[in-house]
Amino acid sequence: MNGPIVSVRNLHKWYSGVHALKGVSVDFARNEAVGLIGDNGAGKSTLINILSGVQKQDEGSIFVEGKEAAISSPRDSMRLGIETIYQYNSMVPTMSIARNLFIGREPLKYSFFGLGVLDIRKMREESVQAIADVDLHLRSPDALVGELSGGQRQGVAIARAMHFKSKVMILDEPTNHLSVKETNKVIGFVRSLKGQNVTGIFISHNMHHVFDSCDRVVAMARGQIVLDKRISETSIDEVQSVL
Amino acid sequence: MKRMLKIYMEKPELAALLLLLLLIILFQIRSGGVFLSFDNLRGFFGILPEMALVAIGVTVLMICGEFDLSVGAVFALMPMTMAVLMATGISFPMALIAGLLVCVAIGLLNGYLTIRFAIPSFITTLGMMFVARSLTVVISGGFPPLLPADLPTWLFTSFVGPGQLLRMSFLWFLAIAVLVSLLLSRTNFGNWIRATGGFLPAADALGIPTARVKIACFILCSVLSGFAGLIQVLRLGSPLPSIGEGMELQAVAAAVIGGTALNGGVGAVFGGIIGVILIRVIDNGLILSQVDANWFKFAIGSLTIFAVVANSWLRKRAKSIKVEV
Repeated sequence: MNGPIVSVRNLHKWYSGVHALKGVSVDFARNEAVGLIGDNGAGKSTLINILSGVQKQDEGSIFVEGKEAAISSPRDSMRLGIETIYQYNSMVPTMSIARNLFIGREPLKYSFFGLGVLDIRKMREESVQAIADVDLHLRSPDALVGELSGGQRQGVAIARAMHFKSKVMILDEPTNHLSVKETNKVIGFVRSLKGQNVTGIFISHNMHHVFDSCDRVVAMARGQIVLDKRISETSIDEVQSVL
Repeated sequence: MKRMLKIYMEKPELAALLLLLLLIILFQIRSGGVFLSFDNLRGFFGILPEMALVAIGVTVLMICGEFDLSVGAVFALMPMTMAVLMATGISFPMALIAGLLVCVAIGLLNGYLTIRFAIPSFITTLGMMFVARSLTVVISGGFPPLLPADLPTWLFTSFVGPGQLLRMSFLWFLAIAVLVSLLLSRTNFGNWIRATGGFLPAADALGIPTARVKIACFILCSVLSGFAGLIQVLRLGSPLPSIGEGMELQAVAAAVIGGTALNGGVGAVFGGIIGVILIRVIDNGLILSQVDANWFKFAIGSLTIFAVVANSWLRKRAKSIKVEV
C-alpha cells in the first residue's frame, strides 16, 4: 500500500462562533516527517486535537490507511496507531517511568472485565527495553518522571509511542521549555522516526527546528492551510511570508 | 547507600512512622509502662478499626485528587438506616444490603455532582455532610430505635485471638487494608487512580476513564465509612445519630500525616493507617500520661502541620541527593 497513512478531508470546527478550522484537507504519507507551522490561533492545535481524539470535528472526515475512521476518544486514536505527545507533557510526574509507560495499557496477569493484576516484572523489563530503543540512558525504570529533565521526559514519551508500535506520532511543541542541548536531542528523535517507519507530525513555532528535521512543511493561518511544500522546494522566508 | 537513603526519604509515610515510634516510647515511659500493657492494647485495637476504615477510603480518594467531608455523616447514617429497617422487622442481612446501598448512592451522588458540574468536591461533600447528618436524625425520629438482641455481633465486634486481644473488627480492617492496598499498588485500576490524581490532563489524554475512576473512589470511600459506622454501633450497642462528628477532618488529618498529598497523586494506604494510629496513640497516650485531655486537638493540629512540613522538607532533601536516574 502506498496511499497516505492519514488523510483529512474538509475538516471544520467551530468554537461558539469562532470558525477555527475552515475546511482543512491534508495528507500525511507513510514514513514522512511533516512540520506543522502556524501562529497561535491558526488552527494547528485544533487539527491535532481532532486527530488525537481529544475533540471531535463538526464536519469532514478522517481516513487512516484508506479507511474512514471515527475518532471520538483518545483510545480510538491510539487504537488506530496515532500517538500524541503534548506540549505540557503526557506524563504523570508523581509516577515511575515504568508505570507511566503503560498508563491505560497495562500488561495484566489476570483480568476480569478489563480490570486486573499488573504484570509488574513485564512492565519493568519492557520499559527498560523501550527506553534503550530510543537511545535514552536511564538507570532505573522506578525513578519518578518528576525527577527527569524536560528532554528526558519527552524521550520517555517517545519511547512509549514507539513501544506501542504507533504508525503516526504527533509531537505538539516538544521543544518548548527545553534547553538547547535537549532540544537537539528531541530533534534527533524526530529524525530517527523515519528509520523506524513512523510518520511524524511535528508542531512547532520554531522554523529552524522544522527545517532541520522534517521532509515537508505545512503552514496554517486563520484556520486554513496556506502552504504545503517539500522542505527542499521552499525556504524559511517563503513560509514566513505566508503566515 | 545514598540510593537507599534517597528511596526511603521519598517514602511519604516515613516521617510519620518515625514519629510514631518516638511517641510510643515516650508514652510508655510517661505512663509508667501502662501504655503497652495488655489491657490498654486490647482497648486500643478495639477502637482503631473504626477510624482506620474511614481513613483508608479518604486516603484513596485523596490520591485520586478529591475530598470527602461527608464520611462522618455517612458513618452515622448507614447504621441508623439499618437500625430503623430492623425495627420494622427486616432481617439483618437485608438491612445490611440496604445500608450499603445507601452508602453507594451517596458516593455516586458525591462523584456525579462533582464531575458533572465541575465543582470542587470540598463543596459537594460539605453539602452532603449536612444532608446525610440531617437524614440520620430525621429517620431516627429523635429517638434511636433499639437494636434487636440477636444481631451477629460475633462477626464484627466479638473478641478473638490469643488472650482475646483483638476484636473481629480488627480482622475486617486488616483484610480490607490489605485488599485496598493491593488494589492501589498492584492493579491497573490503582494505576489509573494515581494517574487521575497525579496529572488529570495526561490521564485524560491517555484514554483513562477518569470520571468513572473518581466516582468509583467516592463510592469506595462512602461504603468504607458506612461499614465503619456499623462496627462502632455494634460495639456500642446503640445507633446514636451523633456518632462520627468531626471524623471527616480527623480522617483527612490522618491521610495528610501519613504523607498523602492534598492535591492528589501521592500517598499510600499504609500511610493513612499510620496517621490514624498516630492520632489514636496521642489520644490514648495523653490520657495515660495524665495530661489534660483538652490538649488532644492541640496535639493533632500541630502534628498535622508538622507532618506536612516534615514531608515536604524530606522530599526536597531527597531530591537534592544526587543519584543518577
